[in-house]
Amino acid sequence: MTDPRERPEAPGRDEAPRRRRAHTTSRDLERYAGLFARRTQVMRSSAMRDLMAITARPEVISLAGGLPDTSTFPAESFAAQMTRIAHESSAEALQYGPTEGFEETKHCILEVMAAEGMAPDPADLIVTTGGQQAIDLIAKTLLNPGDPVICEAPTYPGAVPAFCSYEADVHQVSTDDEGMRIDELEELLSALAVAGRRPKFIYSVPSFQNPAGVTMSEGRRRRLVRLAREHEVLICEDNPYGLLRYDGDPQPTLYSLDGGDYVLYLGTFSKILSPGIRVGWVAAPPPVLEKIGLGKQAADLCTSTLTQYFVREYFGEGRWREYIDDLIEIYRDRRDAMLDALERHFPEQAEWTRPEGGLFVWATLPDYIDTTDLLAKALRENVAFVPGRAAYVDGRGGSSMRLNFSASPEEELREGIRRIGQVVSEQVELYETITGEHRAAPEADEGVEGGGDVVPLPKRS
Amino acid sequence: MRVAVLRGGSSLEHGVSLRSAARVEDALRELGHEVIGIDVDRELVSRLRAERPDVVFIALHGPGGEDGTVQELLEILGLPYTGPGVAACALCMDKVAAKHEMRAAGLPTPDWAAFNATAFHQLGAADTLEEIEERLGFPLVVKPASQGSSLGVEFASSRDEVPEALVAAFSYDDRVLLERYVRGRELAVSVLDSEALPVVEAIPRDQDFFNFEARYEIGRTEYVCPADLDAGETRRVQELATRTYETLGCSGFSRVDLMLGDDGPQVLEVNAIPGLTDTSLFPMAAEATGLGFTQLVGRILESTRLRHEAATSGGRSA
Repeated sequence: MTDPRERPEAPGRDEAPRRRRAHTTSRDLERYAGLFARRTQVMRSSAMRDLMAITARPEVISLAGGLPDTSTFPAESFAAQMTRIAHESSAEALQYGPTEGFEETKHCILEVMAAEGMAPDPADLIVTTGGQQAIDLIAKTLLNPGDPVICEAPTYPGAVPAFCSYEADVHQVSTDDEGMRIDELEELLSALAVAGRRPKFIYSVPSFQNPAGVTMSEGRRRRLVRLAREHEVLICEDNPYGLLRYDGDPQPTLYSLDGGDYVLYLGTFSKILSPGIRVGWVAAPPPVLEKIGLGKQAADLCTSTLTQYFVREYFGEGRWREYIDDLIEIYRDRRDAMLDALERHFPEQAEWTRPEGGLFVWATLPDYIDTTDLLAKALRENVAFVPGRAAYVDGRGGSSMRLNFSASPEEELREGIRRIGQVVSEQVELYETITGEHRAAPEADEGVEGGGDVVPLPKRS
Repeated sequence: MRVAVLRGGSSLEHGVSLRSAARVEDALRELGHEVIGIDVDRELVSRLRAERPDVVFIALHGPGGEDGTVQELLEILGLPYTGPGVAACALCMDKVAAKHEMRAAGLPTPDWAAFNATAFHQLGAADTLEEIEERLGFPLVVKPASQGSSLGVEFASSRDEVPEALVAAFSYDDRVLLERYVRGRELAVSVLDSEALPVVEAIPRDQDFFNFEARYEIGRTEYVCPADLDAGETRRVQELATRTYETLGCSGFSRVDLMLGDDGPQVLEVNAIPGLTDTSLFPMAAEATGLGFTQLVGRILESTRLRHEAATSGGRSA
């Protein structure tokens, strides 16, 4: 009898080529489990991922994403740029490129960085496959298992798995409405020093942070840069949203304050042009950059040449600032719609950040509400958000949620927030009924001292 | 045969369902059947009418697919389907109703009290919590009445933790139960055509309770099959599982979850459609008897066909 997998067959409807999955037995699983590297034990898939899969249903208003709105990008100019590439540079655009990226891409990067007051040497730049690869390469280059890494609490949820996959010992420093708490950072650095340990780097998203939406004040930026020098610790400044400011004054980047000695700067075209092109970059001192380059060679040889050509064409038209201005107009209105809806529909026990830019609002509920459980209830009302626990390595953040306002039209944002506000109110009411007490909202931690695990904010008026 | 595999759905166990279905579909193809994979949505009935499958394999978990809803539709369409019928599914999905049945039949299940949110909002149920806590003792378990896979299951080790646990459980369902916690070993007995398969024991590696994530992740919970029990214990546990399966009217297959405490085994719940993923316990138990996954799927299909024939020749199916 022939093995059914070897039997030739014409592919019919719903007929995929035969896969091996049916042959997996629990004994196989044990065998694979024995082969996995130790670092995979901290690379966890989670129940949350299952829940998040449901958020993709068309009837769900998802405030869970982190997507920029690419729908306003003019299709005609996209078509014209790609056509020009096909006509003029077909062979090159379809070929491998240099690991560090094309010089022309770097010129575009210099323009973007100049817009935020930075002027690196082009030799200090390496083009990466999105900002996410930059995070991964920096971790790969710098971390031995067990090395301490410091980041904000909450931190960018996508950075956590990257650090964990290199078995970093991740420490989180509280954040308030001026960004990372430098006093707490100092204490942590001292405590680590006493234990004979030095963190390799401090990871920060200083502007319009993902997920908290807060921006580090200039004073704290200066203190952070000074502290890094004193302790000879690198700073990994992740700045995907810096140009998406809707109000308030621009803050100097850590890179510009430091001059690029201790700051590794991560940039990306994802939020100002397109995340689909996967083009980001790192600006770093040459010795670090060289190692990152070796790491990138091993990872993917080079960033897509085709999309680098697209970046070059797009910047060549000289209208990239106008496109960002258009985005700013759209996102500002959406942010305002979300904040207005929060004010209207969230119960008084909730508090939230008021970002001056970026894509996210971070809301915190009374501590008896777990937002992972709440997501299940919200999904029954066809609305979704990101539960806060994803932004912590230590189980904190259970009563917080990340809300994205860039990816949905205003009407949907208002309706989404109304639905979330309703399920939150129901849970608050239920809790108060059960406990028989009408507990006051949790004290907002407005002072600079004191170690809350969530972003403390002024109460709503 | 043309076999439709129902998968996905809108329950929180959507992802688990897709993993179960993918495995079942592969096995069906290997057995030489024609597979029609159907993601259940509004088009379900029209899709089934158009495709006219010989058998429907239900690889859905959680409310909607496992609670009798889909089964009812399939009855109306006259299509044979795998797993228990409408009534048994409805009973298994409602942990409270199932516990009442068990208690009436003299089957041991941990003591409990159940409420819907209205009881708290309108009937002052909060005032009875003290009595309930006294009766059940601490720690106690709070869980939604109708979720599978331990979603929303909370443990309260003191009075202070009860309100929060209730709020969490009420996120998953409008009805929740508080249940006495049984300290002991966590066992699962899969029943195939009224016959108990070898007992599986779940031993959590890094936590003192069994949570949703651990259940679906390789390496976080250790499973032992057959469980390390003596012959008498094994028989008692298996008998209890089979009696529970029959009491709730299951057919085809189901999985009975129990705790083996100092006072003997107690039934926690019955999963009408247990998971069929790579890490699921039902296939693991079948494998321990030498029944590989493909043969298991073949056997489920065969027994579905026989049951359908018996039902249609003997009049209307129940």
